Amino acid sequence: MGEAIVVTSGKGGVGKTTTTANIGTALALLGKKVCLVDTDIGLRNLDVVMGLENRIIYDICDVADGRCRLHQALVKDKRFEELYMLPAAQTKDKNAVSPEQIRDIILELKAEFQYVLIDCPAGIEQGFKNAIAGADQAIVVTTPENAAVRDADRVIGLLESSHIGSPKLVVNRIRPNMVKAGEMLDVDEVLQVLNIDLLGIVPDDEMVIKAANTGEPTVMNPDSKASIAYRNISRRIQGDTVPLMQLDEKKGRFNLFRKLFGGGKS
Amino acid sequence: MSIKRNLITIKGIKDGLVFRLDERCEFDELLTGLREMLENSETFLSGPLVSIDVRFGGRDLSDEQKLQILDVLRSKRNLLVRSIEGSKTAELRENAVLRVPIATMSGMVRSGQVLQHDGNLLFLGDVNPGGSIVCTGDIYILGALRGMAHAGSEGSEHAIVGASYLAPTQLRIAEVISRPPDSAEESSAHPHETQMEFAYLKDGQMQIDKMANIARLRRDLNVFKGV
Repeated sequence: MGEAIVVTSGKGGVGKTTTTANIGTALALLGKKVCLVDTDIGLRNLDVVMGLENRIIYDICDVADGRCRLHQALVKDKRFEELYMLPAAQTKDKNAVSPEQIRDIILELKAEFQYVLIDCPAGIEQGFKNAIAGADQAIVVTTPENAAVRDADRVIGLLESSHIGSPKLVVNRIRPNMVKAGEMLDVDEVLQVLNIDLLGIVPDDEMVIKAANTGEPTVMNPDSKASIAYRNISRRIQGDTVPLMQLDEKKGRFNLFRKLFGGGKS
Repeated sequence: MSIKRNLITIKGIKDGLVFRLDERCEFDELLTGLREMLENSETFLSGPLVSIDVRFGGRDLSDEQKLQILDVLRSKRNLLVRSIEGSKTAELRENAVLRVPIATMSGMVRSGQVLQHDGNLLFLGDVNPGGSIVCTGDIYILGALRGMAHAGSEGSEHAIVGASYLAPTQLRIAEVISRPPDSAEESSAHPHETQMEFAYLKDGQMQIDKMANIARLRRDLNVFKGV
């Protein structure tokens, strides 16, 4: 039996879909059998980011309503043998499926895949309830902005009172220069407010935008910093202990020196 | 018209008027005084709708007598009686709040969550922006208060809000609402203020002081004096 992990955030545009696509691809890169599920019915994006838009035949609503079997709706990735995606419907809305239907679909997928990653729509309404219905764990994505942290806090509260319990945090789109100048919240400040376990930090990287537009997840490109960050996150999901990446090169070397001479605190 | 002591004092508050009735004179005298006052002051009591609170001090009033007072006040169409109470009931209410033992709760109040409690509350954990704690008595937070706290939510002006880290989006005590200053300079004057503080009401204004000074304000709390 695999694990179902929902990726959510509350606020829109913080990188849920990108995170889902990249963590999923990174897990496939590690040899896992992975299925990505898009529950953003009416505004599906995951297929575009994965570059699989033109292969969709059936969608999650067709499965829920029994118009096709689950296997017919799964889209196989073009890069990996064991990476699949279940697309959302584009023509319906969030009320087209019920949490129970999604839960049954996820349960069926869990029997076959090691990881089922669920991409949640923005907001805390029906779409959110659908997305978390079948999940065992949750990843909350936020950016170092007050508005995003506020919404993440709200979603964490809702998750904590649901069957899922305490979620893990990914802080996305960090700009080390701005943090250093005190113009952006740093990870510690975000953690102080949200008070949940940190799963990973992802630096802001232009490569991510480029990759999303070409339908090739960033993790495929080993030169990008965001790619390393996503690979680290997927290793942590797998259970490995991976230290947080140093976002600032210079600071990294300085810390190394301090560590060598026994004066460092980290 | 005979010259008498002023049996009724009227005081303006933010959202209405308070009628303080003399507590020593005869009840009939009081009623007459009230009626006369209303008749003779058409100018300032005939405007738009005004909410009024009636306070009759230490006088013992039967329900019927209260009704009589209300009837007199209702003869003026623009007066809306919001409450009628004496010092005894107010005192009782205060004491009830003070004597309630403190309840302890822990956890985290996140955005969108409201923790409501009847009485005094010791909360172990943080209150995040967008979250709120509402109590009829005092609120003490062992943790950071970044959201909203409302102490004395049923009108107790003696209630206080204390926190290890007091950085609320808004504070409310009884009917008074206060928020930190807008200018970044003032609010970041002590960005890493680690001192425990509490908020209280003084003459209807919100005040903040360090926790060590709480004994000066709240004489009802047991004070440790050492040996």
